[in-house]
Amino acid sequence: MSQFATKDVQAPTPAVRVVGVEKTFGRRGKAVKALLDVDLTIAAGEFISLIGPSGCGKSTLMRLIADLDAPTSGTIEVFGKSARQARLDQDYGIAFQQAGLLPWRTVLKNIALPLELHGVPYAERAARAEELALLVGLGEFRDHRPDQLSGGMQQRVAIARALAERPRLLLMDEPFGALDEMTRERMQNELARIAHQSGAAVVFVTHSIPEAVFLADRVVVMSPRPGRITETLDVPLGEERPEGLRESPEFFERVTAVREALHGAPVRRAGEA
Amino acid sequence: MAGVGTAIGRILAPIVVGALLLGVWLLLVDVVEVSPTLIPSPWTIGSEFVANLGIIAEDAVTTGTNALLGLLIGSVVAILLAALAARLAPVDGMLAPIVAALMVVPIVALTPIFNTMFGASAQTGRILIAAIAAFVPVFINMLRGLRQAQPVQRDLFAAYAARGGQTFTRLTLPAALPHLLTGVRIAGSLAVIAAVVAEYFGGPADGVGTAIATYAKSGRIPLAWAYVGAAIAIGIVLFLVSILLERIVRRYRTET
Repeated sequence: MSQFATKDVQAPTPAVRVVGVEKTFGRRGKAVKALLDVDLTIAAGEFISLIGPSGCGKSTLMRLIADLDAPTSGTIEVFGKSARQARLDQDYGIAFQQAGLLPWRTVLKNIALPLELHGVPYAERAARAEELALLVGLGEFRDHRPDQLSGGMQQRVAIARALAERPRLLLMDEPFGALDEMTRERMQNELARIAHQSGAAVVFVTHSIPEAVFLADRVVVMSPRPGRITETLDVPLGEERPEGLRESPEFFERVTAVREALHGAPVRRAGEA
Repeated sequence: MAGVGTAIGRILAPIVVGALLLGVWLLLVDVVEVSPTLIPSPWTIGSEFVANLGIIAEDAVTTGTNALLGLLIGSVVAILLAALAARLAPVDGMLAPIVAALMVVPIVALTPIFNTMFGASAQTGRILIAAIAAFVPVFINMLRGLRQAQPVQRDLFAAYAARGGQTFTRLTLPAALPHLLTGVRIAGSLAVIAAVVAEYFGGPADGVGTAIATYAKSGRIPLAWAYVGAAIAIGIVLFLVSILLERIVRRYRTET
């Protein structure tokens, strides 16, 4: 088993199955429909990008899968179990736009937090945290505290923490949203590599079209009021996503396709009358 | 080298200031010859202090104990109530007006009443005054501290299926501790002030405050000043205790 291996051999059950899910916030009268009639199946090992404008419910959908919120109606299964059971069994790792590190802990202890909460013995979790710090390129910073790190480094700690328990499913809510463009692309390259090597399924929420296309096997396009899935586009750009892909015509073609899906009509290109 | 320079400066600067103040004082007393009832000479105060060291120490221990017990009781009650208020919104709503009232009540106003309530020979009233003075800053800061954990951190702990106790010891409490310590440090000096001032308004015949009031009234100004020195010493001791507490807590925090 390599250091990236997940808990199990890929199971035939899908990683996530969302059926007829609806989510309403607030009470009658002032109720807001955040999600309407959402169906989505994510295969084990599949990388999905959820993309759409603000308020389309993409983060809400991810929070429902994580069981941080409950759907108003419909069912969500994670590896064939209820979302709640999957959360209690720690079947997923999660990362948000904010790193959410504990400022009083070192990098290593932040990475080891989920292991510590689940009673993994000290030596084992220290070794795992060390391994992950190297994986995200923070070996030298293992004993630093979060306020001594840049935003990009903090986010890498958050991703290492999400990987700590070798989850078969990674949930990521705009984890690179607050980073500058260069750091962002480097993080995307690293995530593509990590996701490929670990074989984990990924639900990646973003509002960046190139980011969605570069990373995902499938881009799920959502639209707001009420939040729903309007289109799902395959991104057949291969298992591995090397840096050079960003310059290729196939990549631009998929970017254009996603952009058109987001706008609901072909986008007129500059220079085309 | 700059580090060494600032370290020397940190020790030297207050010594220089102290020496300057002493110089001005001596200038006023010996050269300008201000009346000794107005400004007694530092040597007179010093010799009064030494001559009465035993009784001054005894009184200082009495007042210091009152202040320390008050700080302890006030802090514990404040921490418990803040925890309750952070957990239950209605409790917060019920406590808010009481805390506001305690914040504005001049604590000395309560002293004569407490002296009658608990009897003039008991220290209880004085301890209670110190406890009330200590309660407010600890409560307010602890409550603020308990609300420091960010929503994203709470979400993470929920996602990890952390138990309530784990979330408290690893997130809520460490996030609250710096605020609690700030509260305790403020409360420490308030407790000393309250304990000394409470003695001005009757009660048992011991304590630094009682002595200051008595000797100031009877014209023994140098001895009264010597007792003021003792009151300052109590304040410094409590301040040092709070710094020690901070060191311990900081170490605990980095180990959570």
